[in-house]
Amino acid sequence: MGMTIIEKILARASGQAKVSPGDLAVVEVDSVLMLDTNFLAVQRREVLKLHDPDKIAVIYDHLVPPPDRAAADAHANGREFVKKFGIKRFHDVGPDQGISHVIAAENGYALPSMVLVCSDSHTCAGGAFNCAARGIGFPDLMYVITTGKTWFQVGGTVRYDITGKLPHGVAAKDVFLHLAGTYGNHANQNVEIGGPGLANLTINARRTLAAMGAELSADFITFEHDAVLEDYLKGRAKQPFTPVAPDQDAVYVTRRTVDLSAMKPLVALPDSVISNSAPVGDVAGTAIHQAFIGSCANGTLEDLEAAAAVVNGRKVAAGVRLLVTPGSQAIYRAALKAGYIEKLMDAGAVVTPATCGACFGGHMGVLGPNETCITSSTRNFKGRMGDASAKIYMASSATVAASAIAGTIVHPGEFLGDAP
Amino acid sequence: MIAGRTWSFGDNINTDLMVPGQVLYASEEEQKRAVFFANRPGWVDEVKTGDIIIGGHNFGMGSSRPAARSLRNLGIACLVADTINSLFFRNAVNFGFLSISCPGVHAAFTEGQEAEVCIETWTVKNRATGQVLKADPIPPTLLTLMLEGGIYPSLERAGLLAPKVAKAK
Ligand code: SF4
Repeated sequence: MGMTIIEKILARASGQAKVSPGDLAVVEVDSVLMLDTNFLAVQRREVLKLHDPDKIAVIYDHLVPPPDRAAADAHANGREFVKKFGIKRFHDVGPDQGISHVIAAENGYALPSMVLVCSDSHTCAGGAFNCAARGIGFPDLMYVITTGKTWFQVGGTVRYDITGKLPHGVAAKDVFLHLAGTYGNHANQNVEIGGPGLANLTINARRTLAAMGAELSADFITFEHDAVLEDYLKGRAKQPFTPVAPDQDAVYVTRRTVDLSAMKPLVALPDSVISNSAPVGDVAGTAIHQAFIGSCANGTLEDLEAAAAVVNGRKVAAGVRLLVTPGSQAIYRAALKAGYIEKLMDAGAVVTPATCGACFGGHMGVLGPNETCITSSTRNFKGRMGDASAKIYMASSATVAASAIAGTIVHPGEFLGDAP
Repeated sequence: MIAGRTWSFGDNINTDLMVPGQVLYASEEEQKRAVFFANRPGWVDEVKTGDIIIGGHNFGMGSSRPAARSLRNLGIACLVADTINSLFFRNAVNFGFLSISCPGVHAAFTEGQEAEVCIETWTVKNRATGQVLKADPIPPTLLTLMLEGGIYPSLERAGLLAPKVAKAK
């Protein structure tokens, strides 16, 4: 019996010929991302020895630029750590700053066949690159950087075969909302995505889906390797890598087809994304106070492009705040050159530097009591973006931008020249 | 054998509920006080050392926030849930908080009933109804870490981490 992509990677990394669901795999880790939050005084530990500084990238993202003294102290502590151990891959506040999962993508820190970990649950975003990437706990992280190893309980794999092409105005976020709404959570299972339509999903679209794997509660979410990925990695990959394909006779828990051409704009209702999606029309007219575009999932150049196309020449409704946070400064610069930032700002959006920011209710867009927000970021748990009484709807960046213009939740087609 | 009063929580209880954003970077003490603040205000004052949490499916979904540590700090003897989210489970191993998955457990308990949890036989018993359920055994290496206070002591012994100094406020 053959193996899925994840089983193959975990077998290789644990030095075994085969692993199967139910096994405990003790693996060598290839790439580790450390965040500014790892250096906060409340949790940091003094590391005496590192297993291999060259496998570590230190990326500041949650608290950027530092919103308070504790964050500033964490940043200073992290800089000392970087210096002490001679870490070369360091993304401090500055031109190379960005959300860790985006930085990992842009710089080739996530490559096919790798095992990649980080203490953030959306580390699975790296799965777009045909690798085994997932979030671990902070103590796990201390274990990985000092010993080079960690463990995974191998789960079964759910396979999705992609067919067709996304209609105009429909985004990867809508595909995610479809999966979460239709199939619910994938707790303690892996997700594998491939199939004949994969080539129609850009790397940015795959990154959205991979990051949202955390919301499906998937262990790992991994995409097949193909020409689109090969192309993306050219010039970014600083080391050789081996693509991993599933065996012909790989065993899946279940196998489903997703026809992209049948996707429509959806919205997740407040508090959960699991089995909680609705067509935009069902909640159209819901008044909003804030609209947020950003996060490791949806702060991509394509998101900014889609938002700019929607707001093009229009104005954000009175009483609504449209906040846009690019996923990295590199994306910010690219959006600036392409004219997206100007369109967004002309419409009245506030464009912030690249950071996690409002996504986790950190800073630059925290919600107040009883406010309603529509977001293209990753999570809509109660209290996620601020006050526990705030309501958070989740949708694609196009739908978020359209809602900011309308002042109420609205189908993006109205602003894209499509029939709603 | 562990025995205690049960508190019931449903499916998909997420770690944002256990470690809310406003205490994400606060002290362990403050984090402990904020557990389930949004969905069950006042619970932290009712719960007692030795109590047991009964969960539904996918307990601890979401962020890798140190929710297991807060539950441990509240004195919860253990968690028994239909299924446990794998990231929560990692943190439970690492922070030394006994967390056991046991299909059917949520339906088998009405909140307040006494539970008996035995990790030699991997069974969970409802003292009120007499019903006994089979739990999923935890691999021995992970169980040892859980019972010995988690991952830090071993890293300190190996000279990889400095012993914990007095915590910042
Ligand atoms: S953008 Fe949001 S989901 Fe992504 S790493 Fe930052 S806080 Fe987590």
